[in-house]
Amino acid sequence: MSKTDKEPLFSGKNIKLLSTPLNDENPITVQVLGICSALAVTAMLEPAVVLAVAVIVVMGAANVIISLLRNTIPSRIRIIVQLVVIASLVILVDQVLKAFFYDVSRQLSVFVGLIITNCIIMGRLEAFALGNKPWPSFLDGVGNAAGYGWILIVVGFFRELLGSGNLWGYPVMETLGVYNFGYEDNGFMILPPMALITVGVIIWVQRSRNRKLIESQ
Amino acid sequence: MKLLREKLDKIKPHFQKGGRFEKLHSTFDAFETFLFVPDRVTDRGAHIRDAIDMKRTMIIVVVAMIPTLLFGMWNVGYQHNIAFGIDAGFWETFWYGFLEVLPIIIVSYVSGLAVEFAFAQIRGHEVNEGFLVTGMLIPLIVPVDVPLWMVSVATIFAVIIGKEAFGGTGMNILNPALTARAFLFFAYPIYMSGDDVWISGIMNGEGMVDGFSGATPLAHAAQGNIESVPSAMEMFIGTIPGSIGETSTIAILLGAALLWFTGIGSVRIMASVFAGGLVMGLILNAFAANPFMEIPAWEHLIMGGFAFGAVYMATDPVTASQTNRGKYIYGFLIGLLAILIRVLNPAFPEGMMLAILFMNVFAPLIDYNVMQANIRRRIKRASEGSDN
Repeated sequence: MSKTDKEPLFSGKNIKLLSTPLNDENPITVQVLGICSALAVTAMLEPAVVLAVAVIVVMGAANVIISLLRNTIPSRIRIIVQLVVIASLVILVDQVLKAFFYDVSRQLSVFVGLIITNCIIMGRLEAFALGNKPWPSFLDGVGNAAGYGWILIVVGFFRELLGSGNLWGYPVMETLGVYNFGYEDNGFMILPPMALITVGVIIWVQRSRNRKLIESQ
Repeated sequence: MKLLREKLDKIKPHFQKGGRFEKLHSTFDAFETFLFVPDRVTDRGAHIRDAIDMKRTMIIVVVAMIPTLLFGMWNVGYQHNIAFGIDAGFWETFWYGFLEVLPIIIVSYVSGLAVEFAFAQIRGHEVNEGFLVTGMLIPLIVPVDVPLWMVSVATIFAVIIGKEAFGGTGMNILNPALTARAFLFFAYPIYMSGDDVWISGIMNGEGMVDGFSGATPLAHAAQGNIESVPSAMEMFIGTIPGSIGETSTIAILLGAALLWFTGIGSVRIMASVFAGGLVMGLILNAFAANPFMEIPAWEHLIMGGFAFGAVYMATDPVTASQTNRGKYIYGFLIGLLAILIRVLNPAFPEGMMLAILFMNVFAPLIDYNVMQANIRRRIKRASEGSDN
């Protein structure tokens, strides 16, 4: 392949790989994958952000590795190979978190390990990385993980703000002084059902703004 | 009446197509049909015609709630008098309760109707009547001292998430009033449970009679203080602490009679809820492992919100089962679960709310199975008939 017909790194097609999962094909709100962790870790903003970053790292790296191996993996054992790759990466992330962010790692507890079973990652490996070159695969992985991550962060933002009156541990509501007017934190926001409702509201808002997502009758 | 009609006719063109306030069409329509029976009739297809439309159905349910509301107002004053050792006459007592309850009713209606009107405007359909009932139910099932802004938040949440998100009146899966109560219960537990919230004024905490406890009979029973539970007569009449409208079984039965007589509330559901509660009560009596389980089964039916839920909440035509056989199953399971949750889970002293919400979710499944069973039975009967 000569250098002239090589596709530029950030061609329109590649940018699309990165941007469509943020909105039109969002893993959580459109494909409804990865809901479990979205409900479990979003009671506060910090773990939500950390998990989002962890998934971006794991997914970007896993997509690249699988894409590099794609011509050598026998198709009968591809799932187990994918699992090995993801599991190794997750263990790496988990060790890093334990070493440098011990408190957050405690809060996330089992959910870091459960990134292995996050269906978004397996889905992208199967659907994209096995059939595409490393660079587009990397963009696709990062894009999907970011689509997953920003929903997590939005949900975490509202749940922490309304549920415990803090943001990233900082007492926002107390600083604003609203408690003096009889305001109370909403204990329901901290419970998992409210995460589901928050995700539902995000889906509602997204669908009413994004015409492409409205199903024909 | 005629004057009102003429006035309405005069301003009507402004709200119709091409008029100045075309956008506010649904708002105008809501008020017009509230005052007068609409003259539009369906002219296509086969329809069963009935003299009564939805607004009037809803009004009858509201009328059926009036006994509990009036008694609730008086009881608020009465409980306050006991707790603070005040000696007051009947009207004074009622007036005190009236002033305490009225703001909750106003807040509930204003915030709920604001959402309803906003959605009707945005979606361009008529304002639905369902909220007339919901708006009255919400004040009846909250403690009297609940802060008003919480009532407002819960009402808005219930109408948006419980109802409008599913498509408005008639499409909701969960009973909106109970959704509001469940929201309050989980969001602000200290204002919705415990011993201090049921009687007006205790939260401020001054001048109380010594040794007085504001706990509800259910709270006493859940803590094992069976001797502190009021007598059955008191619980039947309703002179006990509790949510505003749920204490008096006798007032609830008056409402039930009206709903039964007009055919608006399903007697099948009411009866089977009571039956389910009674059966579970008897089962628990048989085990009798703690004092709460030893309470006579029939006494459960007049405690807490059981009767109120059975009459006004479980019979909600939208969220209940539609088939007759389904109604029996639905009601029976509500009664069964309510008593089960109430007695065995100390975290939820009132299981009625959770039992009804839970069965609301299952109502469509019950209906589906009842209908499938009927279809199978008829197919079998038809094939047997053809063999001969």
